[in-house]
Formats: sequence, structure tokens, C-alpha cells
Amino acid sequence: MSLSAPAAARPAPPMRLLKRVAAYGQEFILLGAIAALFIIVGIISPRFFGANNISNIFAGNAYIAVAAIGMSLVIISGHIDVAVGSLIGVLATISGLLAVNGYPIWLAWLAPVVIGMIVNAGVGSLVAYLRIPSIVVTLGMLSILKGGLISVTSGAWITNLPEDYLIAQFRLLGVPSPVWFMVILTALVAVWMRYSSFGRTIYAIGGNVEAARVAGIQVERSTVIVFAIHGAFAGIAAVLFATQLQVIQSTVPPNLELTVITASVVGGVSILGGTGTVIGSTLAAILFAAIASSLIFLNVSAYWLRSVQGLLILITVLADMARRRRLR
Amino acid sequence: MQPILALDGVSKSFAGVHALKNVSFDVRPGEVHALMGENGAGKSTLIKVMAGVHAPDSGEIRVNGEVVRFASPREARAAGIATVYQELLLFPELSVAENIFLGHAPRTTMNALDWPKMRNEARRLLDDLDSHDLDVDARVGSLSVANRQRVEIAKALSQDARVLIMDEPTAALADADARRLMDVVRRLRDRGVAIVYVSHRMPEIFALATRVSVLRDGAYVGTSDIGDITEAELVSMMVGRPVDQLFPKANTEIGATVLELRNVGYRDEIENISLTLRAGEIVGIAGLIGSGRTELALTMFGITPATSGEILLDGKPIAITSPKQARDLGIAYVPEDRGLQGLIKSQTIRENLSLSLLDRISTASIINRAKESSLARELIKRFGIRARGPEQRVRQLSGGNQQKVVLAKWVATEPRVLIMDEPTRGIDVGAKAEIHALMSRLAGQGLAVLMISSELPEVLGMSDRVLVMNNGRIVAEFARAHATPDSVGAAMMQTQTLAEVA
Repeated sequence: MSLSAPAAARPAPPMRLLKRVAAYGQEFILLGAIAALFIIVGIISPRFFGANNISNIFAGNAYIAVAAIGMSLVIISGHIDVAVGSLIGVLATISGLLAVNGYPIWLAWLAPVVIGMIVNAGVGSLVAYLRIPSIVVTLGMLSILKGGLISVTSGAWITNLPEDYLIAQFRLLGVPSPVWFMVILTALVAVWMRYSSFGRTIYAIGGNVEAARVAGIQVERSTVIVFAIHGAFAGIAAVLFATQLQVIQSTVPPNLELTVITASVVGGVSILGGTGTVIGSTLAAILFAAIASSLIFLNVSAYWLRSVQGLLILITVLADMARRRRLR
Repeated sequence: MQPILALDGVSKSFAGVHALKNVSFDVRPGEVHALMGENGAGKSTLIKVMAGVHAPDSGEIRVNGEVVRFASPREARAAGIATVYQELLLFPELSVAENIFLGHAPRTTMNALDWPKMRNEARRLLDDLDSHDLDVDARVGSLSVANRQRVEIAKALSQDARVLIMDEPTAALADADARRLMDVVRRLRDRGVAIVYVSHRMPEIFALATRVSVLRDGAYVGTSDIGDITEAELVSMMVGRPVDQLFPKANTEIGATVLELRNVGYRDEIENISLTLRAGEIVGIAGLIGSGRTELALTMFGITPATSGEILLDGKPIAITSPKQARDLGIAYVPEDRGLQGLIKSQTIRENLSLSLLDRISTASIINRAKESSLARELIKRFGIRARGPEQRVRQLSGGNQQKVVLAKWVATEPRVLIMDEPTRGIDVGAKAEIHALMSRLAGQGLAVLMISSELPEVLGMSDRVLVMNNGRIVAEFARAHATPDSVGAAMMQTQTLAEVA
């Protein structure tokens, strides 16, 4: 079993650049779409570039991008979570209640992350060890969390949040903290997914779970870990969401889970599992926020946002199918 | 006689890759024209061009001497060209009659479906195929593969097919069913249907075909009357070089016992399995499908951990409870179905090759990409995997090359025991010989190999010892010298009768 030195010819630089563009097709398309949108809307309505608006686009929606990171891992591994919106709502409420009831601020920030991990590790265990389809488990979870949240809070808002608890309103170097969270977490996870053996394992499980098992990968354990990581990201998203305003509304934007799933899918994560990147899902989350904001500036009803998102899903799936066909 | 369907200088490429290069092919009424070639030679593409699925980039197609252009499979069918694909395209929830007439059902004057006529016509078509026992009202999902295939053929004939293209029709059939299918093919031929017949099975080709054409790497190699060619000549046409030795098991020194099973069982699927595997030895397992061969492999690899008995590695008792543990103990498993259990088809060759040894090429769980790439390039070279490079996706490879990827992936873990279940199923002669040579070389390097195969010649040619399984037990053992088709075959048959009596 000798290892001989390979004498492989590396493609010339321009070819390599082209290959890279092809490999990250979806990400470049999204980047182009965001740039085009900014330019067009900026020309029609120059106020679009007002400092507050751009910062709103990025900061106000960063929690969606953060949640979409975890969601992307779950979808890449071949599963789905339709309960993430309710989970974020519950975790945000827990965080807020801890903060107003005099518990240490760090606990109010950390508890949602830990609880999110534990809850979703439970979900992951049901999926992995009892072989219940993730859509069924998380549909159940959706009802439990939503019902529990309304029963406990009776829909009351949490007010009088301590000033130093509102982490989403902090700024570093003039940039709102949610943007830092979004950028740093996306970069870390992107690198980790690409270069770590666990990242490779997630892609392998989503690509062909039986082959992964035969290759000696501990499929059940890995699935639980993926769900737990997703829970942690939901916890971070919950803290960013809870500390955005001076009050916590004990509800989350309707269909938040769909927005998160849509960001993953439009970001290029195959709904069948096995492919996609978190850079794509974050770019898609930014694109949605930019579209929502543009609709306001163009005086179009915000209700169109849903339709636009739906359209983007269809376009993405069609483009994905076309690409697959070409590869075959 | 004038050909009913003729292709002249047809070329077709996909994304810049030539699948067909200037291929000419024709078929006449009342003949079986066999189409052969290794996997990836272009047979499937050629079939799809004839069936109207792909339009050729250049060259022409003539039906009865007239140039045609098929815009869709529907137009090809209208011209009398029907295709029975390897994967049958039937609707399991519909009845036999409904499947046969789907899309062109007979109508009454009121334009409603004419059920009595449909059922009668279906009956007549099936009777023509000598399938009197097949109920036209049966749900297709409840039928055996052989019967579903007859439904598919009846469906083709229901549209007055004058040309019938059959893509490996016997690949999924047991011997008796395959013989019945060949009778059907002869019957259709005698009725004047022109048949294009794709198969890897040599005996079938020589029993059925009038002429045979060979493709290699997308190019047309030649056509011959079946009487003017020998099997060896045909193989060398396909492979492009003479394949002198199909089963090159070299004599190697057989060393110490590596793995030993004592009275191992799993639930009621396998019972009382005792066997030893020695370094440098290839042990073949023969047996019919369902005899417990694959179940034994699954238990030895920890997918279905043994529920009774003892397993010893180097004389020390061990428990194998998961594939990960088996792998870490130095056991490798090349599974029966490479698509289902062997490969992540959405990933690249590099990613597939490193999947079983990610721990070994990672530092602090970060994959060393340089190491991974050089490993992939080295394995591609050593196993002769024909690919554009390590970054090609495995789904784009031919069956034989995919199998080499699975084998390479496991050999890279430097195992001591290699379990191979159907190592050459569905791959062509050339790749098969290469895999056999690789197996022999690995045994020569001191690996203990357990090979399960449905092909008796493969078992007999490759094995130092042959074990025969039936009904979940090992019922006979032969040393290489005593393992003849008669002795092993008789043991298999005898046990079969015993099993039926029991």
C-alpha cells in the first residue's frame, strides 16, 4: 500500500476561478440579486440608502439569518424543522422573563441557547433513534410550543427590560451587534462545514444515510448533534429577537419557520439533503429583508413579500433541477 | 431485407462530453440485433436516441428508408418504435389492463373508456406472450418483476410496435423467468418484429441474436453475424484488448487465521455459522438469493449484530455491534447495492474515497485537504478509476468505475478482512476482470477476503475455498480443487430440496 507522490496538473488560475463560481453558483446569483435590488431601488428612491434603513435591513433581520444557519444544517442532513418559529418565541420569552425578574443578564442570554439545545436534542433523538420522520416530530413540537407559550404568557408583553440586557441594540465599531453575530457565525459555520470532518459527515448523511452508516459514520449520534446545534442557533436568534425593541411581544412574526426554511432553500440548500451552504442561506435572508424594505420604499403592500418569497422558492427549485439535469 | 430502423453517423454529446461518436446501427424485421458494450460505452444513449428521448446532434435516423426526426418519445412510438427500459415504468396502483392501455385506451362511441374492449385486448396481448396465467385485473404493484416485464412488453405491443428495444430485460430475472422471457423474444421475432436487445449475458446473446453490434467509448466498433464470432472475440471487441484471463486468482501463501466465527446466528435469519478466514485467502460463498448470504455479511459487519455465537479476531473474542466498530477493527464491507449503501452520489470521488477514514486525515477534526486530495488521486490511479479527476461527482461514473470507488474507499482503510457482496454485479466484462485482478492482488498482500456472489463461475474461479449456504446455514464446504460447477451446483440444489421439504 504505497503512497506515491501525485503529479496532478492544477487548472490554470482563470479556470479555477470559473470552477469556484460554478461551485458556488447560488451564492453568486444571490449576491448579484441583492446588488441589483439595491441599485434599482436606490435609483427610484434615493432615501433607500438612508443610514437607518440599511442598518435596519441588516440588523432587524439578522436573527432570521442566524436561525437559517441551524436550519440549513438540519436540511443538509436530510431533515427539517417546522417548529423553529415557535421555539424562538418560547426562548425569547424565557430570556425576557429571566431579565425582568432580576436574574443575571448573562443567564438571560445563555439560558435560551442551552434550553434550545436540550429541547432540540430531544427532537433529534426522537428522529434518530425512534425513526420518526422529522416533519412529524417538529409538527408536534410546533403545537406544543405555540400552545404552551400562549397559555403561560396569556399574550402579555414583557416590558421594563433592563437597558444593559438589550444586546441587539449594542454597537461595535458603529455596526449593530446582530450584524456581527450574523457575519461571524455564518463565516465560522461555513468554514466548519467545509473543512471539518463533522461537516463532511452531515453532508454524507443527507446525501445517502445508508451509505454513510456502512462507511462507519455514527448516524444517530450525528443527527442528534445536528439538531442540538440547530437549537443553539435558535437560542441565539431568540436573544437577538427579544432584545431588538424595548418590549418582547410574546409572539413571533407569523410563519417565521417558513421564512427560515425559505432562506435555506433559496440559499441553495437542497430540500432533499446533501448539498448547500450557510453562506447561501444568509445571503437569502438578507435578500428577503432587502425585498421587504424595498416594497415599503416603492409603496407596494408588504403582503406581497410572501408572494415574492414563494416565487423565489419556485425559481430556485427550477434552477436547481436544470443544473442537476445538466450534470447528469 | 431493408432495415426498418436505421441510424447513420449519429453523434450526441452532453455538456461537451461525447456520448456517441458517428454511430451507425440498423435493425431488420424478424431479427434480434444484440447491442453490446461496456457500461458507459453509449448503449443507453443510443437507445434513447432511437426512442426519441434524445435528439441526435448530427447524423440521421431512417424509418423504412425515410428520414425522420423525433421531437419526443411519443413520436417515436407513433412510428412503431417501443422501448422496454431496465427500470420498468409502470403504475403500481393501476391494473394490468390499465397499465397496458395507459394513454391510448379504446373508447366507446360516447368517448368513455371501453372497459370490456380494453380487458379483452389486454387478454389477447398477454396470451400472445404466452402469459395465460396473468390476470388483467391484477394490481401491477402485486406482480413479480418477471410479470411486470411482460406487462411492459404487452404495453409496447399494444401500440403495434414494429421495433422493440429491450434494455437488459433479464438483468433482474431468475434463470427460469429469463428463459421464459427469451421464448417471448423468439416468438416476437418470428412474428416479424425487429428487436434491439441489450444484455451483458453472453449465453443469451448467442442463443437469441441474429447479429451483434458493439460500441466502445461512444464509438461504433463493428457488427457481426452471430455465427461468425466467438465469445472471446466479442469480449475483446468490447474491451478493446484481449481479456485472456477472466478469473486471475493468483496462488498466494495462505497465512494465519484472522477472523473466526463460531456458531454465529442472527435472529432466525442465519444460524450456526462457523467459518474461518485466513490472511491471503479468498473464501467464496455460493447460494441462492435468500439463502442468508447477505445477512451473514451484514452480521459480520455489525449492521445486524450477532444474537448468538462467538466471533474471534486474531484468536481474541470480540463483539461487533456497529459498522463503525467493524471498521475500526479492520473489517471492510463492499455492499451488494453500491447505489444504496456504497456511495454518496451527490458527492465527488474525493469525498467518497475519504468518507471511511475522515478521522485519519483530520487533525483536531479539521480535514487535511492536501492529504485528502493526494489520497484521492493516488487511489484513482491505483484502482484505474476512469474519471476526469478527484472532483468529478460519482453519479457521473459508469457502474464499473463506481464499484472501483467503493472498493478503493474500503481498501484505503487498510483493512485485514474484506467482505464483498456481489462485487461485480451489473458491471461489464472489462471492469469485471479489473476488479477480479484487484481482489487477487489484495489477497496476495495478506488480506482475508470473503466474497459472496450469485455467479457460480466467479465463485469457482476466484475462491480458495467455497462455502455453500442455504436457509441461513452453511451446508457444504469445498476446497478449490474439489469445487466444480457440478459439485457446488449439486450441493446448492440438494439443499434447496431439503429446504423445501423442511
